Amino acid sequence: MMDFAYWLPIVWAVILVAAISIYVVLDGFDLGIGMLFALERHPDRRDVMVNTIAPVWDGNETWMVLGGAVLYGVFPGAYSTLLPAFYLPIVLMLLALIFRGVAFEFRVMTRGTGREGMWNAGFMAGSAIAAFCQGAILGGVVQGIKVVDGAFAGGPLDWLTPFSVLCGLSVMCGYALLGATWLIWRTTGVLEESCRRWAARLAVGLFIGIVAVSLWTPLLHAPYLRRWTDWPNIAFVAPVPVLVVVLAMLFVMGLRRGHSKGPFLCALGWFFLCLSGLGITVWPYAVPPGLTLWDVSSPPSSQFFQLIGTAILLPIILTYTIYSYHVFRGKVTETDGYH
Amino acid sequence: MQYAHDPALLLARFQFAFTVGVHIIFPAFSIGLAAYLAVLEGLWLKTGRPVFLDLYRYWIKVFSIVFGMGVVSGLVMSYEFGTNWSIFSKKAGPITGVLLSYEVMTAFFLEAGFLGVMLFGMNKVGRKLHFAATCCVSVGTLISMTWILSSNSWMQTPRGYTIDPATGRFMPADWLAIIFNPSFPFRLVHMGLAAFLSVAFIVGATGAWHMLRARKEGKAASEPVRVMFSMAMWMAAVVAPLQILAGDAHGLNTLKYQPVKIAAMEGDWVSEDHAPELLFGIPNMKTEHTDYAIRLPLAGSLILTHSLNGKVPGMKDFPRDQRPPSYVIFFSFRIMVALGMLMMLVGLWSLWLRRNRTLFTNPVFHRVALCMAPAGFLALLCGWITTEVGRQPWTVYGLLRTSDSVSPVALSSMAFSMTAFVVVYVLVFGSGMGILVRMLGRAPQEGEHDTPPDHAPDILAARMHPGVIDPSTGKGA
Repeated sequence: MMDFAYWLPIVWAVILVAAISIYVVLDGFDLGIGMLFALERHPDRRDVMVNTIAPVWDGNETWMVLGGAVLYGVFPGAYSTLLPAFYLPIVLMLLALIFRGVAFEFRVMTRGTGREGMWNAGFMAGSAIAAFCQGAILGGVVQGIKVVDGAFAGGPLDWLTPFSVLCGLSVMCGYALLGATWLIWRTTGVLEESCRRWAARLAVGLFIGIVAVSLWTPLLHAPYLRRWTDWPNIAFVAPVPVLVVVLAMLFVMGLRRGHSKGPFLCALGWFFLCLSGLGITVWPYAVPPGLTLWDVSSPPSSQFFQLIGTAILLPIILTYTIYSYHVFRGKVTETDGYH
Repeated sequence: MQYAHDPALLLARFQFAFTVGVHIIFPAFSIGLAAYLAVLEGLWLKTGRPVFLDLYRYWIKVFSIVFGMGVVSGLVMSYEFGTNWSIFSKKAGPITGVLLSYEVMTAFFLEAGFLGVMLFGMNKVGRKLHFAATCCVSVGTLISMTWILSSNSWMQTPRGYTIDPATGRFMPADWLAIIFNPSFPFRLVHMGLAAFLSVAFIVGATGAWHMLRARKEGKAASEPVRVMFSMAMWMAAVVAPLQILAGDAHGLNTLKYQPVKIAAMEGDWVSEDHAPELLFGIPNMKTEHTDYAIRLPLAGSLILTHSLNGKVPGMKDFPRDQRPPSYVIFFSFRIMVALGMLMMLVGLWSLWLRRNRTLFTNPVFHRVALCMAPAGFLALLCGWITTEVGRQPWTVYGLLRTSDSVSPVALSSMAFSMTAFVVVYVLVFGSGMGILVRMLGRAPQEGEHDTPPDHAPDILAARMHPGVIDPSTGKGA
């Protein structure tokens, strides 16, 4: 039983990080497309942008629900301290996602009336605010929260620091990049050309963000610094920054040579590396700087029961998610989809 | 109640009640409508009659809106347990959190994964696969209801747990006992029927509205309108009486496991046999008396125990700090029952008219059916209020108090979020309602399926076309 109690939280940490990563990249390009509404004003091209994600956004957002539910069932100690700590940004994010989510339908349903503009704005602002809040929450988790007796004991605005704002802006930039590279892959013509231009600038922004966050993070807590600089850790973690640079070179090449999928895959790679880096940094804490994975875990009977279901269901979910993407594969043009 | 003065707790409760109250409408709507769509598409595949495809196309537009609103309002719920009820989620998370995760994995992904195919995939996957997608979405809504009601029922009648003495956490001991806790089967049936009934009355009212309009214009109602009205009235005639039986059984179950809830629903203070039923009254928690009571002799015992001399509980049998607020659920319960009876009468009336072949021509009945549009949802909300407020002052019945469940969140944050939720919900879901009403105000067309293929590669193409909104009605809304 002792072994169970040790290993189950680790297995679940891996699953949770995987679920969050899947959410971040999938809904990342959805939210990015929302933000790109600020740059693309042409109504037909805006429709194309939405059409590339309309059949899949529901499923993408479900990964976020899964993240919340898994945290609740498997790491209730983290769920019950992190959520009150990030009360305001979470509420703000949920409200923003409401606007974003209903705007898919409402902006078309109100077409030809004065309200369409409002829902387009809601789609754009909702995406931007949700992206910022997600980044700020992530940054807030990394910088840590005040916990006394296993409960959050800080103030409502503790999360709001220059570091969390930097993370929020970086995630906005990163999501917009995911959106732009997704559109390079999935669209043609004027829109694709515009996206190549935007992607180049956004990539610069994201790269600066990654570098800044990477240099700042080890300064937050001493263990973070040791994780990245002590021998033999450094031998295992060194590939992360190296790969970030390699991907940057691949990205520039892909963009210049007109690859359609390449830039998107590079952007995905960046996100994967950033999330891995954060995971390496905070390990083994679930709620830095005080609570470890084991401190916040539910009993093994809960984690095991849920693991059985997950082992069976997750592969099935992935299969039909891939099927759904497969059905709607290929370039989307202005006569497709909604129109 | 000793905790009633804590404003942060009250706000947390109001906020949860408000957000879940808005949310619950949409999944219930989705449950009923997805099943209806599956039936319509199945009938179309089986009979080949175009009227079923017309209706499918008409109602799937509504479904896409309703489902979207359900997703975004549901996302709020999955985080609100932690933001507002962190102590509850920490202690009960090992059980309720796991059930919620199963709901996400077995239901939400299934629904969301196949919704895209259902909405946009007709010409990409073929008819049979498309029908399979519709069925997957419908089954997904039913699985979702099963898990969430299991979790909710566990909070009402907890079983299969032990309590860790060190942390006070609920530790799962027997998952089957947890999932199939005593009130779960009754709640599941009652809620499922409520969802079907609610949608039947929306569909029926839509049909009635278009028949009244056609009559005003001196035309006969179109075939899709008549078919949808007839199907809805069949549902009302069959499901409404069943629902009353299910509600009765649920009540007996509650009497057994939560007698003080029944006493509060009935406004009864003293336990007695040969108990009367209160038709009206104002329960006063302080004086322990129900004022202005209008009593129907013996009916209380008859309804609750199915015998004239059965003993029914009174609130005075229980300590003051364990009684739910009777002045809320006394009324919510009566409104629910009254609406249920009305819905049954409409169903029976429809059978009578059907026999006389005047179902499609009786304008009085059509007006009544139109007025009954919100009846199902109102009854559902009243029932939800009854069971949830009736669970007070507990979150986990008899074990964990609501006042001990709330998050350590500052009052100012709570007040800010409450305001923000109300403003955003009124704006977003108010607009959604407006859009829905406008959509339903447009009559289904015969040949709604016949859009030129070059212009409309998908089953739903028309909905996104600017022409989908009738300019005459679009401007006014």
